[in-house]
Amino acid sequence: MTSLIDFATIWAFIIAFAVFIYVVMDGFDLGLGILFPLFPEKADRDVIMNSVAPVWDGNETWLVLGGGGLMAAFPLAYAVLMPALYTPMIAMLIGLIFRGVAFEFRWRTTQRTRNRWDIAFAGGSLLASLAQGIALGAILQGVHVEGRHYAGGWWDWLTPFSILTGLALIVGYALLGATWLVMKTEGELRDKAYRLSWFLLFAMLGAIGAVSIATPFLHFQYAQRWFTWPNVILTAPVPIAVAAVTVMLLRSLANRQDYRPFFLSLALFALSYGGLGISMYPYIVPQSITIWQAASPENSLIFMLFGVAVLVPLILGYSAWAYWVFRGKVRPESGYH
Amino acid sequence: MFEGWDAVVLARAQFAFTMSFHIVFPAFSIGLASYLAVLEALWLWTGREVFINLFNYWLKIFAVAFGMGVVSGIVMSYQFGTNWSAFSDKTGPVIGPLMAYEVLTAFFLEAGFLGVMLFGIKRVGHRLHFFATLMVAIGTLISTFWILSANSWMQTPTGYAVNADGQFIAASWLKVIFNPSFPYRLVHMVLAAYLTTALVVGAVGAFHLWRDSHLAGPRVMFSMAMWMATLVAPIQILAGDQHGLNTLEHQPAKVMAMEGHYQSHKDGAPLILFGLPDQAAGKVKYAIEVPKLSSLILKHALDAPLAGLDTVPRENWPPVPITFWSFRIMVGLGFLIMGLGLFSLWMRWRGALYESRLLHIFAMAMGPAGFLAVLAGWITSETGRQPFTVYGLLRTTDSASPLAAPAVGSSLTAFVMVYFIVYAAGLTYLFRLMAQPPHPGEEGPSGDMPARAAGITPASGAAAEGSA
Repeated sequence: MTSLIDFATIWAFIIAFAVFIYVVMDGFDLGLGILFPLFPEKADRDVIMNSVAPVWDGNETWLVLGGGGLMAAFPLAYAVLMPALYTPMIAMLIGLIFRGVAFEFRWRTTQRTRNRWDIAFAGGSLLASLAQGIALGAILQGVHVEGRHYAGGWWDWLTPFSILTGLALIVGYALLGATWLVMKTEGELRDKAYRLSWFLLFAMLGAIGAVSIATPFLHFQYAQRWFTWPNVILTAPVPIAVAAVTVMLLRSLANRQDYRPFFLSLALFALSYGGLGISMYPYIVPQSITIWQAASPENSLIFMLFGVAVLVPLILGYSAWAYWVFRGKVRPESGYH
Repeated sequence: MFEGWDAVVLARAQFAFTMSFHIVFPAFSIGLASYLAVLEALWLWTGREVFINLFNYWLKIFAVAFGMGVVSGIVMSYQFGTNWSAFSDKTGPVIGPLMAYEVLTAFFLEAGFLGVMLFGIKRVGHRLHFFATLMVAIGTLISTFWILSANSWMQTPTGYAVNADGQFIAASWLKVIFNPSFPYRLVHMVLAAYLTTALVVGAVGAFHLWRDSHLAGPRVMFSMAMWMATLVAPIQILAGDQHGLNTLEHQPAKVMAMEGHYQSHKDGAPLILFGLPDQAAGKVKYAIEVPKLSSLILKHALDAPLAGLDTVPRENWPPVPITFWSFRIMVGLGFLIMGLGLFSLWMRWRGALYESRLLHIFAMAMGPAGFLAVLAGWITSETGRQPFTVYGLLRTTDSASPLAAPAVGSSLTAFVMVYFIVYAAGLTYLFRLMAQPPHPGEEGPSGDMPARAAGITPASGAAAEGSA
């Protein structure tokens, strides 16, 4: 690094931010797809779909920014990880295709084929979530790199650990979906969402615990990062904060405060995500490629940084406006008018 | 399955397949977004109900087409990494930022305002809603700007250097973005998108006029579409010609392939109208040619010498048969579109625009012509760049991921199956929407969703709209 400013680290945070926004935003609408089979009534399904129809497309754009940004800022990491995650990536894309078109298609068809698009929505959401979770696990466990290429086999991603992270992400997305429904719906639909939220919160805590216990066993560095002095000063607050958020979440569910559970679930995600960051930094491909090795030349990073500095606040602004326009409870009788 | 296949060939097949299915939707939605903005502006300006009916009618079609474009586009943005990782590593520092700017300036703009455009008119008021429509339309154009800049850089790379890792890096961002072929390609593509949309709108208008020539909506849309064809098709042919001259300057081998010029011609090259290019023999069989015309078109002189592929090392030849034929299909369709525009102008002058059966048949037959021309044009441009991904600098065979053929073959098979299911359904729904004529009190995408429409009758909706 010749420059005073470490642009690679700045970009690592930008990409991490984009992926995090993606995870929580598309997370809750993927979660709605995962929960879809539990709501067989057409009226309920219409409300569930309507609650995200105006915003899902914007949510998914963060995934494109994450992928495109990774290619632009860390081309080596993109070039190594994508072939390493080949099958989960293809599965994710196919899942996203089915659930994405279902948003429009299910309104354009007859009762009989609507069921098929409902299945496509639920199945596609489940597949995309599982694939994303598996990809996360596969990245954490590390991939085999030689030179500037991925050098492993095309089933390397499949391990008990990646299956665990895949299932964990499904549970997490479902919790986001359930608490979103608590916030956006009323009546029996909301009651059911509350009951699901209870169950999913405990499942999520179990998943966080399982992944947290398994991760230090993957690599000695992970354990060292978390449990040695003085790192503990930085890492210990993470599990403490998880416990605190959990208590608040339990209370908000018990007191039926419609808006809180969703945002507290987001906080749980943020903490888990922060934990992952602590494990990985400064590697972008764990144990083989650091962010500095993978980074684009500085003039590429600086060129894009101008755009990010101006445009991302603007994007967050008008995206928030779009959510604001469609704020409040979705009522089956009044819909969007 | 796929053991013994060439993984690079399979990866190319996958790119060609997913790209071809993707490109038709942006081509349509770029034009349609602008058309919707024009319709809404006309409605706000004149207050005529027919414009809001047409707006809502095409908005429903836009929603379906846009959704299909989005999901097939996500596939593209990840395919660079999955199948073309060496390309991504080497060109990422140059092309990556262009695509990142596309996401930041265009995709978010479109996606952020799309929800309001589709479902929000009763929530935000007419002016803010028009603003949302405008943002979506502008977003599609900004997106075109960046992605064509990236593609053009691959065709005519300038403003770059190569670093120690063998990566392309930018020496001048201005020269990277505004590389020599970019302005021509951008104009050619935007006009193509507008014409493609006009032909679809024209065909749908003609279809409904055929059954009842007095319907207000179809009359307006048909007239607008035919004006577009009349005025823009000749401009597009001119723009294409200029683009071709630019290609001759920067990618001569591509023009040789388009023209079927395996041999050099010292004093005037013939224009080969048709023939069967034989790549192995290095000549065009059964050629029907006009002497010296190619030199006249490309060099503006009958006797100007034109080099052929015999001046290019054989390993750098593009696949001539594909480039040769796709170019002819594109040009032929271009002249047919201009013919439709001129014919409609004649019928308009005679006052028979809404009654001429012949014109309506012609317009209906030309409905898919824009899509076919766009595909043929892109096939010409992309195969003509071969055997390179970055023209003259990075070979396609050196761009692929280190994957075994079965992996690429399986994902190709999966995409083919998924696309056939999804696209068959999507096209069915689009045709179903187009088969209905726009009617007074037409509702937008929220209208026919029961949960959203309750409490709004067509009459009250129309009254609210009429008071704008």
